[in-house]
Amino acid sequence: MAVETKHKCNVGLTGNSAVAYAMKQINPDVVAAYPITPSTTVMEEFSSYVADGAVDTELVTVESEHSAMSACIGAAAAGARVMTATSSQGLALMWEMLYIAAGMRLPIVMACVNRALSAPLNIHCDHSDSMGARDSGWIQLYSETVQEAYDNIIQAVRIAEHEDVLLPVMVCLDGFITSHSIENLCLIDNDKVKGFVGEYKPNQPSLLDVEHPATYGAVALPDSYIEARRQQSEAMKLAKDVITDVGKAFEKVSGRSYGLMEKYRMDDAEVAMVILSSAAGTSKVAVDEMRKRGAKAGLIKPRVFRPFPYLEIGEALKNIKAVAVLDRADSYSSFGGPLFTEIRSGLYEFDKRPKIIGRVFGLGGRDYGVHDALAVFEELLRIKDTGKVDKLFDYITVRE
Amino acid sequence: MKKGWKETPIRGIILEAGSAHGYSTGGWRKLQPTLDRAKCIDCMFCWVYCPDSAVIVENGKMVGFDLEHCKGCGICAMECPDKVKAITMVLEEEEKEAK
Repeated sequence: MAVETKHKCNVGLTGNSAVAYAMKQINPDVVAAYPITPSTTVMEEFSSYVADGAVDTELVTVESEHSAMSACIGAAAAGARVMTATSSQGLALMWEMLYIAAGMRLPIVMACVNRALSAPLNIHCDHSDSMGARDSGWIQLYSETVQEAYDNIIQAVRIAEHEDVLLPVMVCLDGFITSHSIENLCLIDNDKVKGFVGEYKPNQPSLLDVEHPATYGAVALPDSYIEARRQQSEAMKLAKDVITDVGKAFEKVSGRSYGLMEKYRMDDAEVAMVILSSAAGTSKVAVDEMRKRGAKAGLIKPRVFRPFPYLEIGEALKNIKAVAVLDRADSYSSFGGPLFTEIRSGLYEFDKRPKIIGRVFGLGGRDYGVHDALAVFEELLRIKDTGKVDKLFDYITVRE
Repeated sequence: MKKGWKETPIRGIILEAGSAHGYSTGGWRKLQPTLDRAKCIDCMFCWVYCPDSAVIVENGKMVGFDLEHCKGCGICAMECPDKVKAITMVLEEEEKEAK
């Protein structure tokens, strides 16, 4: 069902409806997609907007996700503003094209509705899909709520197209938990969204710019490949400040502020949890409960995983006594999930740093409740008191 | 001196037309085409089929090969009509020794 509403605040939408609505307001030139659970309704609703003439978008219905990303790349190289959405196996099938989108510096915006990867087959939430794509050169923003998913999609366009960046952006939201749950959110007026994202003017020659012909996708042999990759690395480095600046500009339009991470009750915290997306909401309830019990607990929810703000996260954690990093994905290193290993590595820059543990949770949509978070905080308090870490890396929310 | 990464156009795009001409692929060659001008009928089959545009034609006459770009694939010798066979592939070293 396409959304039309007069009241812009306290609108009840699912995560996917909110993403589709943001896409409608952005009115991209081209969308190419091959719907997959749980991202399906993003395209279902967006295709209604196309059918109703509510957008000017050329919707390309393709035969696979590999083709979807290929079509996005072609359209973006031709100078179009391009968006798409996918999940799980769909993202996995896009794999080689993800790297090409990033390497060709095409500012494509994609909603990644996080879902587990096979096998065993599973349609529910974890972060295995997007975490697997962490080295593909895409910027990654993680959303806790429907509101954040909506806001991140709008900001992603400006981040991706910024002349210092020109990288594709993946906006992640939790499959079913966020994508299919109705939450209240505030929508931004069409005119404001239009003004915020602005008109897309590629500052490089595009494929359709016959006045400035250019070859795209040419071979780069050992005499030139690494220079292109060095540029890509620099763009990712510069993206950090661009994301911060776009967040500030977005606050002026929406009243909601966005940075690299959200810090929750961290000012005097002694033990802290780091966790992404919707599970951060559950964990905040546990933080409040721990505070009631007299424990100085806090939480950090990174919003930006690529580029990885290791210094900012390290700065926020260096004075904490014990930290738990919770990953909704394993990287099968037997050492810990991706968020854990990167945060632990980032902390090496600091002389004073906390005891730290990594815990994998909630794979394949396994429930993660307040009691699970409380158990983690209880363990952190033991570590704080004894100074000893029994298990550096383990699973929780699993039947022993 | 080639440009550093800060000066190189991003996206790996090439803004200059025909830039592949500046890249020498002749060094890949093991077999070298040789032309027997007396047999050649200037049918231009070699010119059409050469994947590297390495057959040199002047005023409608086939005059030889661009050895900076010829990779020695031998398509020209194969496509040269059976009754003509004006192009022979010879080992690069032997050709050098012959000269």
